[in-house]
Amino acid sequence: MNTVTQTRQPDAERREPALLPPVDVVEDANGITLYADMPGVPKDRLVLRVEADTLSLEGEVVLPQTEGLAASHVEVQLPRYRRAFTLSKELDADKVSAEFAGGVLRVRIPKAEHAQPRRIAVQVN
Amino acid sequence: MYRSLFPRDLFAEMDRLQRDLQQSFDPGIRGIGRGGYPALNVGSTPGSIEVQAFAPGLDPASIDVNLERGVLTLQGERAAALPASDATTTVHVNERFAGRFRRVVSLPDDIDPNAVTARYADGVLQVSIQRRASAQPRRITVQ
Repeated sequence: MNTVTQTRQPDAERREPALLPPVDVVEDANGITLYADMPGVPKDRLVLRVEADTLSLEGEVVLPQTEGLAASHVEVQLPRYRRAFTLSKELDADKVSAEFAGGVLRVRIPKAEHAQPRRIAVQVN
Repeated sequence: MYRSLFPRDLFAEMDRLQRDLQQSFDPGIRGIGRGGYPALNVGSTPGSIEVQAFAPGLDPASIDVNLERGVLTLQGERAAALPASDATTTVHVNERFAGRFRRVVSLPDDIDPNAVTARYADGVLQVSIQRRASAQPRRITVQ
């Protein structure tokens, strides 16, 4: 239990409260695709990290500031999103690619060469 | 109750539950805000009402923003990003919203229906509705 908590939150700065972005995870024969909704995060405030077997997403919400704004109804209460996932061994953490547009992050994690599906020819003697 | 769009830690969820309970004893005319897609933040300044809709992954042209008799309606449809499941693909997690959505905000009486702007950036739709100039706070000089 302790080790899990520590790997997910290695330093105090990341323990700031954050929202959990909703995700979709789809696996196909060659890898895994992850989609995460992080509305309000500009491209330069998004941090995607792979450390050992942990993939972590973090983004800071930056909204246009309006002077003298008094909130009357708030559903998005924190200006930050954070979520971490543990990658399994057959995924190739070095070949992670990502795109971010319109508040949706798409991460592609291919499977390692040895884990790709292979067709084995059956020899008939 | 309903599933929060952006769940947080346990204590924050308990706070929210308590707030929901309090709210349910004092519901407005349009009932209790149920949350949902898109999440809304509403605020006001002396000169305008600002509505922020957290609507990621939409084509801005497909969002229908309507203002009628002081009621602002946001509606549209979000296409599913997930492929149809077949023999080689598996959907492990499916938390993101897909499908038609509609959210309604009732606005105060002093808004100007002709001065509305809507901008979509980084997945957030921001609608600004100006208040009528005649309703702005004014300082009256004593003669």
